[in-house]
Amino acid sequence: MKKVIEGSMAVALAVKACRPHVISAYPITPQTHIVENLSQMVADGELKSEFVNVESEFSAASVILGASATGARAYSTTTAQGLLLMTEVLFNIAGLRLPVSLTCANRAISAPINIWCDHQDAMTVRDSGWIQLYAEDCQEAADMQLQAFKIGENPEIMLPVMVNMDGFILTHAFEPIELLDQKMADEYLPPYKPEIFLTTKNPVTFGILAEPQYYAESRYRLEEAIKASKPVIEEAASEFKRIFGRYSGGLVDKYKLDGAKTALVGMGSVVGTMREVVDEMNSHGQKSGLLKIRTYRPFPKEAIYDALKDVDNIIVMEKAISLGLGGILLNELKSIFQGKKKQPRISGFIIGLGGRDIPTQSIINAVKKVESETIEDEFIDLRTELIGAGK
Amino acid sequence: MSRPYTDKQRRIMLKEIRIHGRGGQGVVTAAELLAVAAFEDGKYAQAFPSFGSERMGAPVQAFVRIADHKVHNRSQIYQPDYLIIQDNTLIGAIDVLSGLKPDGMVLVDTEKSPEELGLKTSAEVRTIPATRIALETIGRAVQNTTLMGAFAGITGLISVEAIIKSVKERFPGEIGEKNARAIQKAYDMMKGGKRA
Repeated sequence: MKKVIEGSMAVALAVKACRPHVISAYPITPQTHIVENLSQMVADGELKSEFVNVESEFSAASVILGASATGARAYSTTTAQGLLLMTEVLFNIAGLRLPVSLTCANRAISAPINIWCDHQDAMTVRDSGWIQLYAEDCQEAADMQLQAFKIGENPEIMLPVMVNMDGFILTHAFEPIELLDQKMADEYLPPYKPEIFLTTKNPVTFGILAEPQYYAESRYRLEEAIKASKPVIEEAASEFKRIFGRYSGGLVDKYKLDGAKTALVGMGSVVGTMREVVDEMNSHGQKSGLLKIRTYRPFPKEAIYDALKDVDNIIVMEKAISLGLGGILLNELKSIFQGKKKQPRISGFIIGLGGRDIPTQSIINAVKKVESETIEDEFIDLRTELIGAGK
Repeated sequence: MSRPYTDKQRRIMLKEIRIHGRGGQGVVTAAELLAVAAFEDGKYAQAFPSFGSERMGAPVQAFVRIADHKVHNRSQIYQPDYLIIQDNTLIGAIDVLSGLKPDGMVLVDTEKSPEELGLKTSAEVRTIPATRIALETIGRAVQNTTLMGAFAGITGLISVEAIIKSVKERFPGEIGEKNARAIQKAYDMMKGGKRA
């Protein structure tokens, strides 16, 4: 059944369909509606989860770490400063190989304080060992929530999964959502039964001191596991399609790339706006396509190369920056073409920081700019009057 | 349930609505309920607020896209087909008419006639004393649902039945019933009025 609901409610209902044993979260804009909806469901008895109230995101992350170690399915949600406050625990969760899941309502990082969308929060913890998925619309954000546990709890993977959805743009958007049927959700996501967990009946220890003769192997195994998750992520999407009838997951999504000369590359809700631009460009005879990076970690190098190997012109648009380097996705994408025969021109733009709106015209202008030259790390729609003369 | 907005179909209809009001006037709720009602009518709908100004009295905008196909665009609405001005004190304070299509329509809650309002636009201007109707019918000066009824009457883009249904679902009981009467009254007042 389809219904017009808010993105945050769509995600809360999807989390409910996952039947988590433990939820712990601290409310923070623009994630608030997700956590409010979930706590209401628990209070009303609709959702049989233990909702643990905490005084900070550090504690919320610690609670789901502990809960998951005892064999519980555990969930949290946060954004921006909240995610950064969790950082130490996020690395621990991945290192302990605990398949929790977290929705990040992507938001800009202080200072200056800003509550609106960009991807700096999640991109900053990209090396934590978490699988990171990025949703284009509310349906994808909801559907990928089920897939998150499916992927993470795979015995070969055992990793935490972060579902990223653009703060406000998706969390506060109302649009038609196919509601998840509980029976189908149960078929897709059976109860979590880990091989090893904390119990007095079979005492084990997690996260002990790993001396120099052990630590590197632990990190190696972690790297192997996250790399091995690529086919698992694809399988989780295929299995989802088998049961629910729609493919909303996987590593990348290709749009009109067959025969395209120019390819736009993006993550999250801006991909929707990019689709309109690609349609517009094609209607004017400019053969162009779009590559959506749905899975950012593990970085789907092979799938990206395969999708883009025949295009002449690649334009990366991203809502985050590695200060002192430039566009993160841009640089990672460039590395894929290292040593390859055909070298496309690869340009990068920083766009939509701190909730700056992205009209279709801004994307069109950027595309026009790179027709004749390669551009690296240009900020789109920069207000030159605020930064002094020049660019 | 099949809906007529699969990507395979040609894109024929897309209407963009921008609603202006102040925090506390139910601007975001109006956008949400218009989207719910449009979907009820079998159309695709997307609604979202201009985020952040969540303070009582601060200027607030909300956006609605109604289409016969899935809407992918996430940008704000810069060239609306329709404008709904919930608070006429915003006229002159901010450029509420910004980008309004010349063949579009602006609906204002005011006691004044379109001529008295004197808006500088070639678009159709329609006015309705929505706050007064809301006070008389609902008992509160919350004009958003009344304006939705007027919008349905003028444009026919959304059926009045769907609007009443969405409002009653959102506000069950007596409040919903009162709002429904205000919606119907505004709809009847504005229906049949000529388009510019």
